[in-house]
Amino acid sequence: MSRGKTFKGGIYPACHKELSSGKAILTMALPKEVVVPLQQHIGAPCSPLVKKGDIVNKGQKIGDSEAFISAPIHAPVSGVVKAVEARLHPSGCKTQAIVIENDGEERLDSSVAPKGDLEALDAGTIKEIIREAGIVGLGGAAFPTHVKLAPPPDKKIDVLIINGCECEPYLTCDHRLMLEQSEQLVYGTRAIMKALGIDKAFIGIEDNKLDAIAAMEKAVAQYSGIQVVALRTKYPQGAEKQLILAITGKEVPVGGLPMDIGIEVNNVGTAVAVATAIQTGIPLIERIITVSGEGVREPQNLLVRIGTSFNDALEAAGGLNGTPKKVIMGGPLTGLTQFDLSVPIVKGTSGIVVFNTLKTATHPEPCIRCGRCVDVCPQYLVPTNIAQYVDANMLDAAAEWGLLNCCECGCCSYVCPANRFLVQSLKLGKEEVRAERSKQTS
Amino acid sequence: MTNTVIVSLVSMGAMGVLFGAGLAWASRKFAVESDSRIDEIEAALPGANCGACGYPGCRAFAESVVGGGAPVNGCPVGGTAVATQVAKIMGVEPEDSGERLVARVHCGGGHAQAKQRADYVGIDDCRAAIMVGGGAKGCEYGCLGLASCVRACPFDAMVMGDNGLPIVDKDRCTACGRCVVACPRDLITLVPCSKEVHVLCRSFDRGREVRDNCQVGCIGCKACERVCEYDAIHVTDFLAAIDYAKCTNCGACAAKCPTKAIIIENGQIQLAETTAS
Repeated sequence: MSRGKTFKGGIYPACHKELSSGKAILTMALPKEVVVPLQQHIGAPCSPLVKKGDIVNKGQKIGDSEAFISAPIHAPVSGVVKAVEARLHPSGCKTQAIVIENDGEERLDSSVAPKGDLEALDAGTIKEIIREAGIVGLGGAAFPTHVKLAPPPDKKIDVLIINGCECEPYLTCDHRLMLEQSEQLVYGTRAIMKALGIDKAFIGIEDNKLDAIAAMEKAVAQYSGIQVVALRTKYPQGAEKQLILAITGKEVPVGGLPMDIGIEVNNVGTAVAVATAIQTGIPLIERIITVSGEGVREPQNLLVRIGTSFNDALEAAGGLNGTPKKVIMGGPLTGLTQFDLSVPIVKGTSGIVVFNTLKTATHPEPCIRCGRCVDVCPQYLVPTNIAQYVDANMLDAAAEWGLLNCCECGCCSYVCPANRFLVQSLKLGKEEVRAERSKQTS
Repeated sequence: MTNTVIVSLVSMGAMGVLFGAGLAWASRKFAVESDSRIDEIEAALPGANCGACGYPGCRAFAESVVGGGAPVNGCPVGGTAVATQVAKIMGVEPEDSGERLVARVHCGGGHAQAKQRADYVGIDDCRAAIMVGGGAKGCEYGCLGLASCVRACPFDAMVMGDNGLPIVDKDRCTACGRCVVACPRDLITLVPCSKEVHVLCRSFDRGREVRDNCQVGCIGCKACERVCEYDAIHVTDFLAAIDYAKCTNCGACAAKCPTKAIIIENGQIQLAETTAS
């Protein structure tokens, strides 16, 4: 095993990527109906721009918000708006969504047109194109990309990192994207660099994807400002702060953001979405997801329209193989468990992983103080102590021990020999502390 | 040798007397006048430091009573008995603190009545369960049964019943309100102790959705509203709510309720707490 750059701590879970890493991206058949939630991103939800009975075209903007931290949504297919109503969202809550019945005509909206040559576009125009295309971080967090590209005037960004680590087990959609769409990826990277006005970018890829590293090196050969960096295959190598540390050796300050040290991180999928928005004018209405796990017959990498139901995507991967015990949106370490497979695929859905047997322990035992969680914590925290403070409702003490620095990677829960739900306690504690603080300031 | 012992004993003794005299003088000279009533009131209070009065602990409440900020009947835990004592210490007439309140859990959907949509595996905390896909219960408004309220109770007045719902011990409950804050679904309210008719549902869903998830949910049919002679129960947003100021405990609404979402405590129709331990 090669020794690529990395960070301190972390874990080496079985990656199971072989299930789908050799499968070329398959364009899924169009769904009969799409459910497009108005909230698919971090920030303010959109207000619908269409109403029941309206005829919409593919790529037409159907929801937008005045708020800065928000991203518009577009019709993934052409068809008729069947309803604007509360529907179940992968987050587990019901949120307002626009339901469109597909008429199969694939009528493109008149607003969809190529935006011209990248060289001719200025930074402001590129940012506007990204906002109008509704592009958000496709790694899973779904933070609006145009917000990240507009740092406050006192923060100067000088390095862009494109995240191609894909450190979560089972997921291979970014791997396939780097292999099959490397040209667009480089184009998107250059567009983001231009929007930021910088000339230096790194593409970080874990060294279990040697073919992707080779493909990307070939694609960036003629651009001296972009460099491909091989990183050690370790979880959470793709976490923003760990990725920055591995590539640049810099640490994001406690409580700070990457922009505080002049760095911007974007997912490979986001860069390709930017390229698509400029080259063809098509907004973010489809994405690549991995459908994998022992619970599906033929694991696949699928190109799906936003709003397609989980059921349809699972069907496209050969259907369920037995009775699923657990279905996760995203990777098994940070993903969200689903209880209803009628939920739609949203912008932040990187994959669907199906398990027929439970891999996680169910009965926690008392902490034996072995310190393994301390060894693996990539944020240098003491998860067991913080979790105990949270469980005892001593939030001030937990915050003093660095609770808010937790990146929720789940390494602590993964290694705990006593099967304690450490990361869940920490996540709860973070929510509680934030709620408490916002109550104090308001 | 003997000399050393005598010299040290005498000198230490002399220093002790000297310092003692100094301290005695200083304590008179720099004495801080404190109101003895604060100590008396603090002694009269329950001493649980629960914060239900709105002050950080019993001492702070006592100081505030003497300082004129807090009413003599401001301790909800102590009730009338403590209010009378505090009033006596303060030399005022005891004010009527109204009827004693107790906590009431407004959900009747136990294991047997309400549907679970998933199995929850994780820490025993209702707030944590909600963060995982909104909790395992089919009803978005129902009790998750992970006992956050029970753990929050400083008076051991709550226990979890066998049916997965918390039970309030009315004798022990002091209406401090800790459980009200702890419940992430806002299912607990403080109600007058004498009131025995309650709506055990907080679901704003329409009737069909309620029935899908729970046998004993309020479907918003308004039968209770029509039968009530005292204008004490009203349905808004598909949910019945009792105005306890008008309710007379007649139980007509409970008898009429088709889903038995309305119960009479200690009565015949008490589905939710039948398996109380």
